Amino acid sequence: MADTNAYEGPAEAGFGDYVALLKPRVMSLVVFTAFVGLWIAPVPMNPFVAFCSVLFIALGGGASGALNMWYDSDIDAVMKRTAGRPVPSGRVSRDDALAVGLALSGLSVMMLGLAANWFAAGFLAFTIFFYAVVYTIWLKRSTPQNIVIGGAAGAFPPMIGWACATGGIGLESLLMFALIFFWTPPHFWALALFMNNDYTKAGVPMLTVTHGRRVTRRHIFGYTLVLAPFAIWLAFTSVGGPFYLAVSAVLNVMFIAGGWQILRRSEEQAEADGYKVEKRYFRQSLYYTFLHFLALLVQHWMGGW
Amino acid sequence: MVMLPRVEHELHKRRRSRNIGLLVVLLAFAALVFGLSIVKITNGDMMEGFDHQPRASVLPQDPNPPAKPAGPVAAPGTPGARALEESP
Repeated sequence: MADTNAYEGPAEAGFGDYVALLKPRVMSLVVFTAFVGLWIAPVPMNPFVAFCSVLFIALGGGASGALNMWYDSDIDAVMKRTAGRPVPSGRVSRDDALAVGLALSGLSVMMLGLAANWFAAGFLAFTIFFYAVVYTIWLKRSTPQNIVIGGAAGAFPPMIGWACATGGIGLESLLMFALIFFWTPPHFWALALFMNNDYTKAGVPMLTVTHGRRVTRRHIFGYTLVLAPFAIWLAFTSVGGPFYLAVSAVLNVMFIAGGWQILRRSEEQAEADGYKVEKRYFRQSLYYTFLHFLALLVQHWMGGW
Repeated sequence: MVMLPRVEHELHKRRRSRNIGLLVVLLAFAALVFGLSIVKITNGDMMEGFDHQPRASVLPQDPNPPAKPAGPVAAPGTPGARALEESP
C-alpha cells in the first residue's frame, strides 16, 4: 500500500522554530550579564522598568541571532552542530529569518529607548550591527581572529545594562566588557579543538584550521593570562569587594591551570583520551563567567569594601 | 450534501502553535507597554515632548521673570472691573 500525500510543499514552521531562530541559549547569557550590569550600577532603577530593559536587550540579542542564521544558513547546513537549526533544516525560509531579525531589531531598540534611555538604545543598535554585520558578514569567513573581534558583541550586554541605569559608561562597565571579551577566545578555541572537523568542512577559518592546534593551544593559555588582571581589577572598583576578590582569585587560578594543561598536551595525548581535558576546560569556561557575574551580584547585596 | 472527513494534518498543528504563540506574545507586549506607562506616569517622568509649538512647561525656568501686577486684575466690562472703577 502506498501512502499518498497531497501537499509536500515547504515545511510549515511551528512557534518553537521562530523561538529557536533567536538562539535562546545565547540569550540566557545575555539576559544574565545584562541584568547584573543593570542591577549593580550605582543608580537604582524601578524594578519593572529594569525587567523591561533586560527583556528588550535580550530581544535585541535574539534579533541578531536571527540575522546570523539568515546569513550563515549555507555553512550551518554543512556543520553537524548547526544542521538542525530552523533555516538549514527547511522549517523557516531565509527571507522569514531576515524579516524576523530586522523587525525585532527595530522593535527592541525603540522599546529600550522608551523604557530606559536613548544612549542604551543606541548602544543596543550598535551591538546588533556589530554581531550581524561586522562579525557574521565581514569577519567570520575572512580571518582566524573572527571570534576575538566578534567576542565584543557578546561582551556588550553588561555595558548596555549599566547604561540603562546610569545613562553612560563607567570603568566598572568597561571592566565587565573586558571580562567577557578576553574570555571568549579561549572558550571558543577549546570548543574548536574538539569540533575541528565541522569548521574545516564549512571552510570557516578557525585558528585550529589556519594555524594548527599547537598555535591554538598557545593562544588559549595566553588569553587566560591576559584575562586574569582585568577580572581581579574589577574587585577594586565600586562594584567589587572581598567576596568577589576571593571568588575571582580562585576561578582565575583554576582557569590558568586549565590553560597550562591544554598547552602541555600533545595531539596524540588528546586523541588518546577523546579530548577529555579540552572538553572539561570548555565546561569550566562556562562556569567561569557565570560565577564571576554571580559573585558581583552577591557582592552588591553584601555591600562593597 | 457530502460530508468530507475532517483530517487533522500535522501542518494544522504547527499552524495552531504559531497562532497561539503569537497571540500570547502580542497580549504580553500590550501588558508590558501598559505597565511601563503606569510606572512612568506615577513616577512623574517628563512625558511632554515637542509638539510644534512652544510649551511653557518644558522651557527652562527664567531666572528673572517679568514683574507681576501688584493688585488683582479684572477684564474690562466685567462686574469686577466696575467695582474697581467705583472704589475710591
